[in-house]
Formats: sequence, structure tokens, C-alpha cells
Amino acid sequence: MKRIISIALLLAGAALLSGCPKKHNVIEPPVAGTQVSGSSSNGADSASTSGRGLNGDASAQGANGAGDYTTGPLAKKVIYFDFDKSEIKPEFADLVTAHARNLTAHPNLKIKLEGNTDQRGTREYNIGLGERRAQAVRRAMMLQGVAESQLTTVSFGAERPAAEGDDEAAWSQNRRVELVYTP
Amino acid sequence: MNKRFSCLMALGFLLFCTRSQAELVVEVTKGQADAIPIAIVPFSSPEAAAASFDVSQLVSDDLARSGRFKVTDRKDMIEQPHTGAAISFDDWRRLSNDYIVVGQVQPLSADRFNISFELYNVLTRQRLLGYQISANKPGLRLASHQVADMVFEKILGIRGAFATRIAYISVLGTVPHRSYRLIVADADGENPHVVMQSNEPLMSPSWSPDGQSLAYVSFEGRLPSVYVQLLKTGERQRVSARAGVNQAPAWSPDGKKLALTLSTRDGNLDIYVMDLASQALTRITDDPGIDTEPQWSKDGQNLYFTSDRAGGPQIYRIGIQSGDKPRRLTFQGSYNARARLSADESQMAFVTQEDGGYRIATQDLRGRGDVQVLTKGHFDVSPSYAPNGAEIIYATRDRGRGVLALVSADGRVQERLVSSEGELQEPAWSPF
Repeated sequence: MKRIISIALLLAGAALLSGCPKKHNVIEPPVAGTQVSGSSSNGADSASTSGRGLNGDASAQGANGAGDYTTGPLAKKVIYFDFDKSEIKPEFADLVTAHARNLTAHPNLKIKLEGNTDQRGTREYNIGLGERRAQAVRRAMMLQGVAESQLTTVSFGAERPAAEGDDEAAWSQNRRVELVYTP
Repeated sequence: MNKRFSCLMALGFLLFCTRSQAELVVEVTKGQADAIPIAIVPFSSPEAAAASFDVSQLVSDDLARSGRFKVTDRKDMIEQPHTGAAISFDDWRRLSNDYIVVGQVQPLSADRFNISFELYNVLTRQRLLGYQISANKPGLRLASHQVADMVFEKILGIRGAFATRIAYISVLGTVPHRSYRLIVADADGENPHVVMQSNEPLMSPSWSPDGQSLAYVSFEGRLPSVYVQLLKTGERQRVSARAGVNQAPAWSPDGKKLALTLSTRDGNLDIYVMDLASQALTRITDDPGIDTEPQWSKDGQNLYFTSDRAGGPQIYRIGIQSGDKPRRLTFQGSYNARARLSADESQMAFVTQEDGGYRIATQDLRGRGDVQVLTKGHFDVSPSYAPNGAEIIYATRDRGRGVLALVSADGRVQERLVSSEGELQEPAWSPF
């Protein structure tokens, strides 16, 4: 029963919020340590920025004492979307709720929501669509009590596919938001 | 110190990566039926010069690749004159040539050559061009493209763009172990150099109007930032790394500003203009939909951009002075995005959806707004005009692989650039 209510809340809330005019029209200040003038000091890590699997490095977060992320309800960390849609489908409500509970129970935890699209359409517009998906998950989690400070979003658009191929089998795996626990 | 070190790092990386990328090969897939017949006679050259480089072959390749010329095969030439005085015009006329180019390559010193060439109209026997270009050995390729540019312009009245460059992204490896390279090559795909390499996505290269720098998006650290990089030294500067989206850089015509896409905390994408010297931002659009893919008008007073404020993505134009209301430009079809402008701003190229496929279309910007869909692919995106406006380079897919292709702005000539490795995407043609 409780579960049904939370699903209903989540869907209603997401639908409600997605139609709201935007309140925060302020651009965030540069992130800490960002150099906005002069030459970047990032040359060194440019060639070694990956090495993580597609599902992020969440499995390492068990060390934070936030439960078992490799089995159980928190093991699933990818939400899939329909073509050209950013609504969370009912079958992913449990997944969102499980992680939202984990975050509310452990306010020290932070999560990054990585939005992705399939390979069709223009690349920069797809960045927008990926961001919209990540924001849909962010709003759903905030409705379940997760603090705004625990959530960040990033959109890779079509640039970081999970599967290769020019067909729906691949595209359906690429339209996704990945939940990545961050230190 | 930090700044100097990063410059050196970038420079070292640039040199290390030089020529490490497989070269591109151009295939003309659809030529122009009324292509102009021309003979490029092999230039006379002493053995030392001949061994290093075949100038006239490259001129032939350029003109043939444009699709606008039908270049006479060398083995069909009865004689090979090297000066205008030695041309038997009647013979070349019988071989159906309208024009003929003759020339010589002579060494000036151990490493310096003089290219002299002449262009004649075979029918009138009129000498249309006579030029000399000197170049060192590495410069012979560029000099040859310049010869082709002059011939092209003299005959067609359109400035040639053979001596220009293209930037593009090449993706190597398979999911999830992919590496991304930003490459700059000559317009014919030769001479590729890796400008930047990362294990996280690189995207949206944009040329500075002076052709000296590229702006692009890099996801190094798994977050998007906009960088500006000087090609000669490899020195780069991170100009935008705000929380959220930092995307779609586009250089203003005066080179002093960047248009880019940023987002608010709740993920609303809008277009901003950054003054590069002060890094001050001006907000241009303010709408809850996705506003992105900005492109400057030639006078620097307007931005063309993509917005889905009316449902699907459509192309709009807005003045950068505050208070201007955006004007919608595309009405045909439910998906029109990522506009790029021809050199004279008489038309724009963009991505449109037709029969379920994404294709390159152009729209007339001066008259009635006629739309012409130029390609027939399913995944044709990222159009970019040659600086003379005659051709559009774009990204497509061929048998499951990302490749680059060209189409003339009137749709009559089509070509494909084939690479032996990597997924190629997001070509951007340099200015002159």
C-alpha cells in the first residue's frame, strides 16, 4: 500500500513539476577550483579520464556504510526511457524509491544522475533531452525527501552509448539515466 | 608556472600525436552531369622535385573531387606540354577539353621549389592565368591546393576552398572503452593531426573566425566544460565549467565573443553570450524549453538557434540586443535543428526529419523560404558549409560506421570521405 502511494506521488509530482515555469533562472557560479581565465591546468588528466565501467563506480560505495549496492534493491542503477520521452515509466518507480530512501537515510551520500539519449537526432539537442531525463529523476527523488544538495545532474546526450548499433535494440539501452554514487 | 607547464604538456601531446590518425579517402558518389572537361598536364619537374611530390596530380584530384570538373586521364594525353607556347590547341580540342593547365616545378634550393603554371581556354586559346608560387617541401601540398583554388575560381567565379581545413571528432574503440579525438585535417582529409584526445566525450568543435583556434566541449572529469584551444601551440583555456550544462560554443564573427548553452539548476537550457576577454555573460534566451545550437549571423547582431518551445525542435532567430523576441524560421516538418549559415547568409543548412530519417536540408533565407532536402540517409547530421558556401560537409552512417560526407549546396554533387578506422562525427569546415 505504502509502495503504491509512493509511486502515485512520484508520478503525479513529476508530471506536475514538469509543467511548472522555471524558478531558478540563475546560472550557478563556477564549481570550486574552476579556473575561468588563463590556461587550464587540466592537460594532464585529459588522456586518462575514463577507466570506469558504464554503471559508474557505485559498487565501491559500500565503504560508506550505506548498504549493499551489488545485490538487493539498490543494485539496479539504470532507468530506461521511451523514445523522445522523459517521463519515468511505472516499472522504474521502485528503483527510484529505493535509492531515494537510501539517500534520505544517509544524508552524507551524494548521487550524480547521468542522462543519456539514443543516437538519433542532433548532438547538442540530445544533450538537452538527456538533461531533461536526468532532471525528471532528480525531481522524483526530491519529492521523496532527498535534499537538493545530494543530487547533481549531467547530460552526455548521445555521446556515451551503453550499446552500439543502428537499431532499436541498441537505442533502447541507450535512452537512460544512470545513478552514480559520488564521494 | 602552472600555465607554462600545461602549455608544454599540450604541445608535447600535439607533437606526439601528429599523423597518428588514419587518412581519409574521398569517393565521388554522385557527380555533376555537365561537369567541365579540363586537362591538367603533368608538370615538368627535375627528378628531385618529382620524387617528393606530384603537384599536378593533387590539382587534378582537387578539381575532380569538386564534382564540377571532368579531368582528362593522363594516359589519354597525346603530348605533355609544360608551357603555353608548346600547346597544340587543335589536338586538345579534339580530345573535348574546354580548358588546359600546364606548368613546371623547379628547385630554387635544396628544400625550396618554384611552381609556375598557366591556365588556357582551349577554344579561344586565351591565357586566363599565369602564376608562380614558391614553397618548401612540406608546403608543396598547400601550394598545390592554392593552384587548384585559382583554377576553380577563374573558371567558375567561385572562390576555391581546397586550401582550407576541416575539424572533426573521431571515436575509437568499442563501448564502454572508447577514446575520443579532436582532429584537424586538410579539406581533402589528408594531413590529419590530433588536437585533443580524451577517454571521455569530445564534441562540438567551432572554428575561430581567424582559423587559429577551436572551441569545443570536453567531458574530461565526466562533466562538460567549454575549452578554447590555440592550434599552433596547443595551449588551451577552460572558459566555461559552470554547474550543469556547458555546451555548443559558437564564435562570433569578430572573434571576441562565444555564444554557448548553459543551464539553470533545474536543467533549463538557454543561450548566453560570453565576452572572451572579461568572461562576462549575457543571457540571450529565456524560455523553459530547450534552447541550444546557437549560430551567429554574419553581422554579429543575431543568433540562429534550436528551440523546442513550440513542441518539437525548430529553428529560430533572435537579436542579441536585450528585449528582442525570437522569430521562428522553420515550419515544414516536426524536427528542424542545428542551423549553419552559408557564407553570404543567403541560405541555412540544418537537420530535418523526413520519412523517419534525419537528413540535411537547406532553406532560402532571402526569398520565399524554399526548403530543399539534399540527402537521402537515415542518420545525416552536423552540416557545415565550406567557407565559399559551395559545399556542405556532414556526418552520416555507412554500414554501421560513422563517416563524413559532402554534398554541394545545390544537391547535385555528393561525395563520401572514407576512413580506415574510427567513428567520424561532427565535421566543421574552417574559414578561409
